[in-house]
Amino acid sequence: MDLKSIRKEIRQYVFENFILGEDEDLSDDESFLETGLIDSTGILELITFVEETYDIEIEDEEMIPDNLDGIAKVADFVSVKSQA
Amino acid sequence: MCGIAGIYNLKGAAVDAVPLDRMIASIRHRGPDAVGFWQEGPVALGHARLSIIDLAGGAQPMPNPSGSLQISFNGEIFNYRELRQELISRGHRFATHSDTEVILHLYEEKGEECVQEMNGQWAFAIWDSRARKLFLSRDRLGIRPLYYTRTGDGSFVFGSEVKALLSHPAVHRGVDLKGLDETFTFWCPIAPRTVFEKIEQLPPGHSLRIVDDRIDSWPYWQPTYSGGQAPSDADECAERLRELLIDATRLRLRSDVPVGAYLSGGLDSSAIVAMIQNFTDNPLKTFSVAFDDPEFDESDFQKEVIRHLRTEHQDIRCSHEDIGKVFPDVIWHAESPVIRTAPAPLYMLSGLVREHDFKVVLTGEGADEVLGGYDIFKEAKIRRFWAARPDSQLRPLLLKRLYPYMKNIQAQPDAYRRAFFHIRSEDLSSPFFSHIPRWDGAKGMKRFYSSDVKSELEGFDALAGLQQSLPSEYDRWDSFEQAQYLETTILMPGYILSSQGDRMAMGHSVEGRFPFLDHRVVEFAASISPLLKMKVLDEKHLLKRAMGQFIPKSVVKRPKQPYRAPDAVSLLGGASGAGRSAFVGELLSPARIRAAGLFDPLAVDKLLRKFEKGRAIGVRDNMAVVGIVSTQLLVERFIDNSWS
Repeated sequence: MDLKSIRKEIRQYVFENFILGEDEDLSDDESFLETGLIDSTGILELITFVEETYDIEIEDEEMIPDNLDGIAKVADFVSVKSQA
Repeated sequence: MCGIAGIYNLKGAAVDAVPLDRMIASIRHRGPDAVGFWQEGPVALGHARLSIIDLAGGAQPMPNPSGSLQISFNGEIFNYRELRQELISRGHRFATHSDTEVILHLYEEKGEECVQEMNGQWAFAIWDSRARKLFLSRDRLGIRPLYYTRTGDGSFVFGSEVKALLSHPAVHRGVDLKGLDETFTFWCPIAPRTVFEKIEQLPPGHSLRIVDDRIDSWPYWQPTYSGGQAPSDADECAERLRELLIDATRLRLRSDVPVGAYLSGGLDSSAIVAMIQNFTDNPLKTFSVAFDDPEFDESDFQKEVIRHLRTEHQDIRCSHEDIGKVFPDVIWHAESPVIRTAPAPLYMLSGLVREHDFKVVLTGEGADEVLGGYDIFKEAKIRRFWAARPDSQLRPLLLKRLYPYMKNIQAQPDAYRRAFFHIRSEDLSSPFFSHIPRWDGAKGMKRFYSSDVKSELEGFDALAGLQQSLPSEYDRWDSFEQAQYLETTILMPGYILSSQGDRMAMGHSVEGRFPFLDHRVVEFAASISPLLKMKVLDEKHLLKRAMGQFIPKSVVKRPKQPYRAPDAVSLLGGASGAGRSAFVGELLSPARIRAAGLFDPLAVDKLLRKFEKGRAIGVRDNMAVVGIVSTQLLVERFIDNSWS
């Protein structure tokens, strides 16, 4: 799956799961933490979604904001992991 | 306990008292035993009575012997016997044995300062015909409620509950969006604001006077902290605390009807029950809630205390469906959006109390705020400890130990724990350091606001307003004391004593009394060093020291379990929708969400679908479900008047 499609899927998941209303927007580079979009449950939901959807296993040391804090970061991380 | 209401014509002309009948009728649950009305010139007072002290002689509104004063009073003055004796020795002559009359005589002598002498829980209005003054006051800690508004036709309308005010035809109906936004930050509006537009509440520890058309209010008491002024010896401190608590309990057993007690199975209510059993001759009956859902149930501990203290006991079992079923009534009484269903079981519990012909219960409310019991105090201590060595791998693990019952915190990645618990330098210097994670969590609700509400609230910063209202000495207090101040002045009166306390008990005509909130206990506790209140991470250390010998060891040693109830599942049922409360589906339909105008129908729909898909939903989603359902109920019943 190409990066653009992954981004699209992640974006759709984030909009559905983290309940963004009709007038809200979120750029691919915005931080989930800084926008207050996800809480302690949200990060677990995101990890579960990524693991199940892309059939990858995220190691504990990979569960860091650099990999997971924003649509673009998650897509990049998934893309790299899928190729590994 | 009772309900009061009144109307004052600010133009000075004769009052139109016709609406008062309906106002009092709307709060008859607060006083089903009798009603009374009085009017003269510009003022009319009403009263709904729950007879507890001087059953024959305590009718209200009540005049003083000369007829120059009239009072409508909700509450209890627990030291009324001592005050009465002192007043008699100074030449006062009493017509009744009620605490109500004591206030009148005290006011004759001390005027507005009379409240300083009173140990109790109150909201009252006195019409002073000689001074042509209406004087209102509310107890120090906000145990009893008092609301007021100014109408377009020049009336000042007040009452124990908002529904009494809204029964007056000239009172405006609308949602105060700033009050709503504060509720979705602090769990309650910051007094004097309410969630009702143009309706205010008298803040705890405040009095108000009206002369002609001029309205002034002022604080006569507020909590202040001087940790370390009390004895530094822990045993000496514990001894003094026990003496005060026993006396506070003894005073709160004064009643001409039987007095019972709530028993949760935790330290605070067990301590109250132990004091009644060991130090008074009051025959005691105890009451508790048991949950079908084992995650919330504390029955085993309750049984242990019952065995140990040999009380006659009754409990009520509470299922998810029960909570959903009573929830509309809960909001009718709470008169506020809530983000937890925790008030609902307490509403059921007061029903049980009333079924057993009890009107008065003692409870352990206030111990956590006054003596340092809440997890939030411990959490703040751990966060500061971690922030001092931010790279430590072990320090953050204490947070996992603090919340063994929260699965998401147990499983969350370490790198994220730092962000969620705000271990950042800018947070460390915040006056609200202790409360940022909680307030941040509640803010998730704001994502559901409609675009109109978002645009109306643009630029409104609930925290900035709060910061301006902090007392000047706040910066000098220890961080533990700052956290205590925030809990004691915000959540306790605004939610714990209101939505969970007065309203749920009075919904079934039951009066709660709280020995830990005797102002002498509060003031003494505020003078104790924070290091003694929480020794390392041992919460309510001094209370355990003071009362531990009278309570089962297992209760003293058990980890603190906050009182909680099943949230979204009680309203929405299981993922399949089985068990969903009948009223919820329609209430959350896009048409009704749009009609109320406060939330975004698309966002609400996504939340419901997420729940239906059975995706793990955490604290924030649970809060959102309860917050939206309760707000919709509130708007339809109180604003649109279209509750079905």
